[in-house]
Amino acid sequence: MMIRFFKRAIDDILQNRFLNIVTIITISLAILIASAFILFFVNTNDIINSWKRGLRIMAYLKPGIHNIDLAGLERTLQSLDGVHTLRYISKREALDRLKAQMKHQSSLFDNLSENPLPDSFEIRMTASTDSWHKIESLAAQIESLALIEEVEYGRRWIGRFVRIISLFRLAGYAMGALFFVATVFIVANTIRLVIYSRREEVEIMRLVGATDRFIKLPFYIEGLIQGGLGAFIGLLMLFISFFFISSNIEQGFHPGLVHLQFLSPTTMGGILLGSMLVGWLGCYISLKQFLKA
Amino acid sequence: MMDAGEKSFIIRMFHVHHNFGPKKALIDITLDIAKNEFVFISGPSGAGKTTLLKLLYLGEPVSEGQVLIDGINLARIPRKKTPQLRRKFGIIFQDYKLIPNKSVYDNLALVLEAAGAKRRIIQKKVKHILRLVGMEDRLKSLPPSLSGGEQQRIAVARAIIGDPKIILADEPTGSLDDESAEAILDLLRGVHIRGATVIIATHDKALMRKTGGHVLTLQQGRLETSAFLEKQYDDTILQTGDR
Repeated sequence: MMIRFFKRAIDDILQNRFLNIVTIITISLAILIASAFILFFVNTNDIINSWKRGLRIMAYLKPGIHNIDLAGLERTLQSLDGVHTLRYISKREALDRLKAQMKHQSSLFDNLSENPLPDSFEIRMTASTDSWHKIESLAAQIESLALIEEVEYGRRWIGRFVRIISLFRLAGYAMGALFFVATVFIVANTIRLVIYSRREEVEIMRLVGATDRFIKLPFYIEGLIQGGLGAFIGLLMLFISFFFISSNIEQGFHPGLVHLQFLSPTTMGGILLGSMLVGWLGCYISLKQFLKA
Repeated sequence: MMDAGEKSFIIRMFHVHHNFGPKKALIDITLDIAKNEFVFISGPSGAGKTTLLKLLYLGEPVSEGQVLIDGINLARIPRKKTPQLRRKFGIIFQDYKLIPNKSVYDNLALVLEAAGAKRRIIQKKVKHILRLVGMEDRLKSLPPSLSGGEQQRIAVARAIIGDPKIILADEPTGSLDDESAEAILDLLRGVHIRGATVIIATHDKALMRKTGGHVLTLQQGRLETSAFLEKQYDDTILQTGDR
């Protein structure tokens, strides 16, 4: 029985080509916009995650610490929750680094009678979703240690960034919901046009004794097919655009700094199923109103 | 002529009224139609013939009164059961109402598919019916490529393919030439002989004379007469309305 309904759905799509093509294009454009947004969100998230992995705290030591105390401090720091790696940077190494970074202004260092930089530990945090929030308490813990003079981790910058990311995520969810509702609305209206163009056929079916289920099922299957095809075309358009645009973006940044990636198969599968759901839902809403009338 | 009281009725109407807004389309109709009768609903245009047919297959709701089809009260039939009721009917429309972008085969198969018939049976029955209406060579044709007479024959084929108990035909020969009209009438006579109740709405008196049967005459929404007409009988009944 289902094969017969499936065949009827395919026949109906082929017989009402124009309106079905319009519906599929509408869905594919909606999917293109929605998945472009998802792609942007995924890549931005990746970039943020890579920045999170680079989160570090600089702990500057008080002057004149003995080696034994230093080893003890290192063990204490390593035992703190959230600390991934730590590296000791002597005041000499720090100065060398500074000189290397400012090699065009090397004359500035010529008149230094002594090294003004302190010894320090560079502490990298374990990457986790809440690294942003942990860094503040970790920094406070480190700062409270007796041998630590000062800690530095870009307090203001991170605070601002955390707020931006939260806002970005919230906007993502809101826009995702908005896109879903808008797509269902557009698809429902386009499908209503298809059904309206076939109102006489539906009327005849009812007059010859067809049940609502018999009338609805091929439309539902059509909705699923339209949703599936719309998603496929939308994702294909997105992939082609991504292929041309991503290389240009990557070239614009420092090599290796930004690596853009396309949507994962799981995400694409999710979009495909979501699109099919949208097609079905559009059909469901339109048919419910139409058959009631 | 048989007495209507001795027959079992397939259609009964009691004090039925139907309004289109303020306009009264049917007024206080009470009638009985027996099983296997050949019935004509006659009357001028606007008399309410089509409306009366529509009430029978729930194409229009009854405003007032009772309609019983094969013992089922239409006022009490749930919406879910409407398709089952409609399968008791084979309906022939004046404008054919064939699905234009579906082949002749698909148009006919639709009735059986809706009733849940198996594919093999559908194929067999469609071919048989097309042979019966003399159009077995037009299986794959689309309705718009057929003449008016051919489309009406397909409409008749669709009406009878499901072996319905009642055939409703609204002006089935109205737009056809004499030869095509005769062919349609022959088909309907054949269905009647095989046991179906045939109800034809028409204002064509010649058509009624050719066949004979139970003639219900409507006039401005009221049932004027209910008479029985012999085949080739003189048409005074149709003029006076007396039995």
